[in-house]
Amino acid sequence: MTDISNLYKDARQIRKSIINLAFSSSGGQHLGGGLSMVDIMTTLYGSVINNCSNSTADPLRDRFILSKGHGVLGFYPVLHHYGYISDEIYNTYKTPGTQLISHPIKNLEYGIESSNGSLGHGLSYAAGIAFGLKQSNLSSKVYVLVGDGECNEGSIWEAAMSASQLQLSNLTCIVDCNKYQSDGHTDDIQSVVSMQLRWNSFGWHVIEVDGHDISQLLDAFSIKTIKPKLILANTIKGKGISFMENDNSWHHGRLTSSTFEQAIAELS
Amino acid sequence: MINLKSSTIRQWSRLGQRGVYGQALLKLASEGNSSLFAISADLGNSSGLDRFKRDFASQFLNIGIAEQNMIGFASGLSTLSKNVFLSSFAPFITMRAAEQVRMNLAYMKSNVKIVSIGSGISMGYLGNSHFGLEDISIIRSMPNIPVYAPCDCLELFRILEYLSSYDGPAYLRLTGTSPSTSLLPDDYQFIPENIPILRDGNDLLVLSYGSILANIVSSVDTLNTHSICVANVPYLSASSQLVDLISKFNKILVIEEHFKTGALCSIVKEILVDYNFPSKNVVFHSLPNAYLSSGDYSDLLTVYNLDKNSIIQLLSTLSSV
Repeated sequence: MTDISNLYKDARQIRKSIINLAFSSSGGQHLGGGLSMVDIMTTLYGSVINNCSNSTADPLRDRFILSKGHGVLGFYPVLHHYGYISDEIYNTYKTPGTQLISHPIKNLEYGIESSNGSLGHGLSYAAGIAFGLKQSNLSSKVYVLVGDGECNEGSIWEAAMSASQLQLSNLTCIVDCNKYQSDGHTDDIQSVVSMQLRWNSFGWHVIEVDGHDISQLLDAFSIKTIKPKLILANTIKGKGISFMENDNSWHHGRLTSSTFEQAIAELS
Repeated sequence: MINLKSSTIRQWSRLGQRGVYGQALLKLASEGNSSLFAISADLGNSSGLDRFKRDFASQFLNIGIAEQNMIGFASGLSTLSKNVFLSSFAPFITMRAAEQVRMNLAYMKSNVKIVSIGSGISMGYLGNSHFGLEDISIIRSMPNIPVYAPCDCLELFRILEYLSSYDGPAYLRLTGTSPSTSLLPDDYQFIPENIPILRDGNDLLVLSYGSILANIVSSVDTLNTHSICVANVPYLSASSQLVDLISKFNKILVIEEHFKTGALCSIVKEILVDYNFPSKNVVFHSLPNAYLSSGDYSDLLTVYNLDKNSIIQLLSTLSSV
């Protein structure tokens, strides 16, 4: 039985780590989309993903693919929090020669299953893994996180068609639906209003949840389906930091000393 | 090395490279290679895979007309110890899905082989939309993906056999129509950097690759000369063997069924500069950098001076035959 209160504590701690990591490293950071995905990631890594052997190369492990590759601030702190990467590795983020840059680089030792950054690639990759697992009679599951803006990419829908055609019931795609993309609100660029209908019509089992409600997320992950599963997670970009929430200038922003202090204070 | 009967090699030559791809994969799977997996973007029959998909149904998938998805999917599938072979027409993979090739194959080094059927101008009346004029250039500009182009059906099989146990991405370019001409001896062994000499000579070196070599060899045979050396370069790279060979000749002719940019003409130019070779008499003969005419393949070869008569003329002007 998952202790939900512990997951909420984890999520709070991870948000703090994100702010610390963003402030301590150089340059702009994809803070908004990193913060919107935290509760999804905490639910996944704190409860859902099965890595009982603690080996990131075990064929029986569940796989997670970060298709919205710019979401590393919502990924590396999670890998660190749950023991996939050491302090030493974690602290190399955005330092010369590091493997931990602003987009994931495949590294099974770190629990990073694929290289991403260019959008619209992760779902095809995840579908290929899910298909291969079924072929090999392995019961592992595949989870892939895509952005709502990322769903502008046609390749997402090519993969969506394949996954339902192949009945990839071991594949769960989570849309971090934070309603913003790089240049602005999705309503003004490519509306997400019919997102549920779209995935549904592509043959997916769609479950819409509040992407910050861990209990709803746990329920959604636990539902068994025959079709591939789409969790449409309604989230708030910049979630957890009042002045970042729904302010798209934090899509890629830089913390000053004072905004850093304020953000940390809000999380304490 | 899998033993092939002479009769099989002859039969395959009649099929041409495109048809033999599927036959060759079938042969490799029949020999017990269970890690092989073939994916097609709805061109399985065009790739000669009809029997493969019947006999090895669990090792075949038609993913639909979705080349981008095919590349990413194959890359994911390859992580389950599968060696995935993809086939489609050259431009649909190398251009439509170039970004997927870059991210999945070049960057992540996935164990996926791309097989381009009907490259060069062999698609004839299907025209520029289906021609492979830039494919080598595009793939060669990405790290980690070696490019191979067989000159006949036996070499195609031997390259596939090599790739069936090679862990990493690769690009295999098929050209020509059916029937194709056998150029290599039945006991031919494929070693990537080797440059098989198809006709020996000491005056003019002709470098080429792919099915067009049949016209070159036939031209040299007609000229009945021993002054022309015809070299087959199935692995499109600036290998040390190629550098050695170039160093031995002062007169060189490069012939290719590709634009002049990025493929063998470019490789030879890179070698000449990178190795500071003293001035040599080098002629580059390729397809013109333009959208080309359509027509029967053999007519197109004539239009673009890659037919036997044009090559004979070219050889005659360059060599003292």
